[in-house]
Amino acid sequence: MNKTAVVPATSMPPNAKKPMGQRIKEFVIDYKRQWEIQSMILPGIIFMIIFCYIPIYGLTIAFKNYTVIDTLSTAPWVGLDNFKIILSDEYFWDAVVNTLGISFLKLGIGFVIPIILAIMIYELNMGRFKKFVQTISYLPHFLSWIVLGGMLITWFSTSGLFNELLLNLGLISKPSNILLDSGKYWWIATLSDIWKEAGWGTILYLAIMSKIDPTYYEAAKIDGASRLRQIWNITLPNMKSIISLNLILTVSGLLGSNLDQTLVLMNSQNRARAEVINSYVYRMGMTQGDFSYATAVGLGVSIVSVILLVTANKITSKLNDNQSVL
Amino acid sequence: MNRKVVKEDIDSRIFDAVNMVLLIIFMVIILVPLWNVIISSLSSGKALAEGGFIFWSKEFSLENYRAVFNDSSIGQSFLVSISKTFVGVFTHVFFCAMIGYGLSKRYIRGRKLYVAMGVITMFFSGGMIPTYLLIKSLGLLNSFWVYIIPALFSYYDVVILMNFFRNVPDSLEESAKIDGAGDWHIFLKIFIPLSMPAMATIALFNGVGQWNDFMTTKLYITNQALYPLQMKLYEIIVQSQTQSMQNIGGSAVIETTTKGVQLATIVITTLPIVAMYPVLQRYFISGMMMGAVKE
Repeated sequence: MNKTAVVPATSMPPNAKKPMGQRIKEFVIDYKRQWEIQSMILPGIIFMIIFCYIPIYGLTIAFKNYTVIDTLSTAPWVGLDNFKIILSDEYFWDAVVNTLGISFLKLGIGFVIPIILAIMIYELNMGRFKKFVQTISYLPHFLSWIVLGGMLITWFSTSGLFNELLLNLGLISKPSNILLDSGKYWWIATLSDIWKEAGWGTILYLAIMSKIDPTYYEAAKIDGASRLRQIWNITLPNMKSIISLNLILTVSGLLGSNLDQTLVLMNSQNRARAEVINSYVYRMGMTQGDFSYATAVGLGVSIVSVILLVTANKITSKLNDNQSVL
Repeated sequence: MNRKVVKEDIDSRIFDAVNMVLLIIFMVIILVPLWNVIISSLSSGKALAEGGFIFWSKEFSLENYRAVFNDSSIGQSFLVSISKTFVGVFTHVFFCAMIGYGLSKRYIRGRKLYVAMGVITMFFSGGMIPTYLLIKSLGLLNSFWVYIIPALFSYYDVVILMNFFRNVPDSLEESAKIDGAGDWHIFLKIFIPLSMPAMATIALFNGVGQWNDFMTTKLYITNQALYPLQMKLYEIIVQSQTQSMQNIGGSAVIETTTKGVQLATIVITTLPIVAMYPVLQRYFISGMMMGAVKE
């Protein structure tokens, strides 16, 4: 490799008006000269084409009738047939209702708790205790859903922690396993998710709060503002943009409700209220082998998710003086 | 005036007290269940069947752990978990660093296209079924490499490393080039050692992900010899659930033994992360921040 490779291509005259042939030629020459550095990127490009773009192309099987004997190209096109079946599939709509129910509970409760928690931790004056609270609150995030699922199953078993506590407090007279009670599943899914992630969710907020100018608080104190007033008028407005950003990301992920969580907590008794779209895709595709139909469901969900993302971005940008946070 | 200040002081103290009490309750809610799992896993089957303890075991016993370690497949799973985590982390970090280094040079040809391709992968994917078909046609089903190869690349991590490499002063690279060093040499001998903090952070995140990953096994692996701990635990959980539903009022002995084994497996599966946790905590937080700055 000779030393001329150091010369950046951007220092050359702009080649926008040159004919196509010459531009390709120049590209090839530059590419060859930069070969050593290009050889670092090439594996990544190949990886993306194989593992990201081929599956995106594979989405076409949603419009085909794919069976085990077919390949991607030989399967016959069926147009929107798979999507038509979706509309009359009651199991699918059950899954939609469950997904939305659980997601909105998670959004309604799970979105606010980290904000409150972060403010509470921020308001603590004792350094050591503050660190301790933070350390403990992040801990559940590192448990996998399988581990937490296993824990939940033992906590909720008839001789487990949950029943023990309720018995000792005199709230119930006979132990029962609430994981087998389908009516309570949405709450179990929501609250266990919050237990796992609430502490972790405070990190970003705490980081933003640590950058707020302390003189604001001093000035407010002199004006006689109470602590709650200070939180309302100083802390929260300073977190507005990060809260919006988080909200957009949460809303766009609404339909992608946790698959691991569902697979480990779902059982034959609570299935009717536990099945979410993702686990339905898994069941239709992986256990029943209906690849085309499962892909169609998945594709429909991604399209709705993108629409949600764009809408949430629009709404929050209105709230933030027309500045898009994305 | 004076009275007002005193009143505020009292208000503020009440606020602190309430805040403190609420946070202590919050920690109890997190710690008591975790403690209960550990204590239960160290209890005899008889005590587990009777229940009735929350903070301290009625009958201390290691029988659950003995039962777990007597099952040789758990040892095998431990080995799979460890090797997939280590191999996965090293290859992932190296692969992402290599691409991130390449893309950090603004003068390279085709950079705009490469970046666009990468950004698209962050928002769109083929989803479960097309990815499964791809993995199948690549012959990766039931292969150890399915843990490693599809997990090699993440554009998110590439961006973080790319930004980190940009902050290294250009003069270092220039002087190395004058001395006749090539790009690979500069990357391996100068940039990698300088970027250890960033790479360590990504390695930790990726390591936790690999250790906790369960879907890859569930989707692509049927060979029990390749089951990591998470999958093994999942099987024990599912098994005990069907058993406890079939045996309502039936054989309590089997149920408590599986419960004990389940608890011990949970503790063993989580132990490596919890053991590393205090040491690694600050890396986790800085990693979280690195990711956020990009957004």
